[in-house]
Amino acid sequence: MKKLEVSAIEEGTVIDQIASKSTFKVANILDIQNIDQVVLVGVNLSSKKLDKKGIIKIGGKQLTQDEVNKIALIAPDATLNIIKDSEVERKFQVAIPDTLEGIVKCFNPNCVSNHQVIQSKFHVMNKNPIKIRCHYCERHMGGDDIELV
Amino acid sequence: MVMLKNRDIISILDFTKEEISYVLDLSKKMEEQSHTDLLKGKILANLFFEPSTRTRLSFETAMKRLGGDVIGFDDPGKTSTVKGESLKDSVKIVEGYCDIIVLRHFLEGASRLTADTVNVPVINAGDGASQHPTQTFLDLYTIKNTKGGLEGLKVGFLGDLKYGRTAHSLAYALTHFNAEMFFISPPSLRIPKDYIDQLKSRGITYHEVDSLFEIRSNLDILYCTRIQKERFADPVEYEKVRGIYKLSSAVLDDLKLGNDLKILHPLPRVEEMDESLDSTDYAAYFQQAHSGVPVREALLAAVLGVLQ
Ligand SMILES: Nc1ncnc2c1ncn2[C@@H]1O[C@H](COP(=O)(O)OP(=O)(O)OP(=O)(O)O)[C@@H](O)[C@H]1O
Ligand SMILES: [Mg+2]
Ligand SMILES: [Zn+2]
Repeated sequence: MKKLEVSAIEEGTVIDQIASKSTFKVANILDIQNIDQVVLVGVNLSSKKLDKKGIIKIGGKQLTQDEVNKIALIAPDATLNIIKDSEVERKFQVAIPDTLEGIVKCFNPNCVSNHQVIQSKFHVMNKNPIKIRCHYCERHMGGDDIELV
Repeated sequence: MVMLKNRDIISILDFTKEEISYVLDLSKKMEEQSHTDLLKGKILANLFFEPSTRTRLSFETAMKRLGGDVIGFDDPGKTSTVKGESLKDSVKIVEGYCDIIVLRHFLEGASRLTADTVNVPVINAGDGASQHPTQTFLDLYTIKNTKGGLEGLKVGFLGDLKYGRTAHSLAYALTHFNAEMFFISPPSLRIPKDYIDQLKSRGITYHEVDSLFEIRSNLDILYCTRIQKERFADPVEYEKVRGIYKLSSAVLDDLKLGNDLKILHPLPRVEEMDESLDSTDYAAYFQQAHSGVPVREALLAAVLGVLQ
């Protein structure tokens, strides 16, 4: 058996290949402080694909589509590994969808989405580097402008 | 084949070159003949959450010239909004009273939200600093009428290019017609990078300069916008540039931008255009203001589907 850098879980999800500096942002998306099950977080791990990677392992948890979409925005290289019986059962790459609904806040203070009780909505113009356009006010936002809801 | 029936007119970005040309041709027909019964029995709701006399009156005139009726308000202080009603609820109720909604709002994207909420067509009559597509259509219409066409023109944009939404939308629309663009503004009021990126990706040749005197070429069109003193971080900067941005008949003669130059301005003007210009052949801004009616007639008729 392979030696695991951060220890093993039986059931759950491993988020791997997070750019190390984004690891805690991903942890916030998943609200790991309020999870009862095992959570293991590793940062500054060596990686073949990234300079330094972070990893988060959560026992028992299946991610929601919203969580996956948010992770894709913050950590576009992340892979999700679904663990069953201590083995990787399924592995997939996160992907940014073509529209983002209710997950990003528009940075325009005069945008209608910041004043009425509605979900924000963005059209993805470019995935890497990320560029999105507000459905309502049509302002463009880049990676640095993105604030999650 | 262009089909505009039931289309919302929210942003010039939603329109193809063919659709724009179709609207301009239709506007010409509206101007040349009267169509008094075209919209008989139709009701337009003018919902002005922010005051605007000119735009509201020209929609009202357009609708009435085509035989339709108009309801609405221009003082949101008298509506249920002050009681905290959401925009979605307000427009859902009004939808039941009318065939088309014309909306002016201080929040950016309010028209898109309205269009997503109701089934009747929605025309954006200006939302905050965002879009004002009927203004862009009438700007294009004026350019086409004064120049005989839209293809390959040299167009200057002067003034507040940072916040001036009419300049942004017109520049975008003119990318369909392969214009060469000249952006003349103080460095602090340059056109935002988003728009420049759009021009680049659409292969447009453009120039950014501080002063009209730096332009070494004839221009077909000069599109002026109002420069507001309060936009300048430093009042000294404003004093330095105000002369350059104050057009008069004498300045125009000095500039040598060509005798065929036409000057447009979305109005109201303050001090950037002297009245001495009004009687010159350059002035096209009053003609531009009057184009608002036939262009809005065309859009109303097309969207309400009485023409196809
Ligand atoms: N039972 C387990 N408990 C916790 N973590 C696990 C478990 N099994 C695998 N992992 C972790 O899940 C990730 C993916 O595992 P896998 O065996 O597919 O590694 P890999 O071949 O290096 O994959 P990749 O190419 O995606 O990096 C690794 O970070 C690994 O440490
Ligand atoms: Mg690995
Ligand atoms: Zn917005």
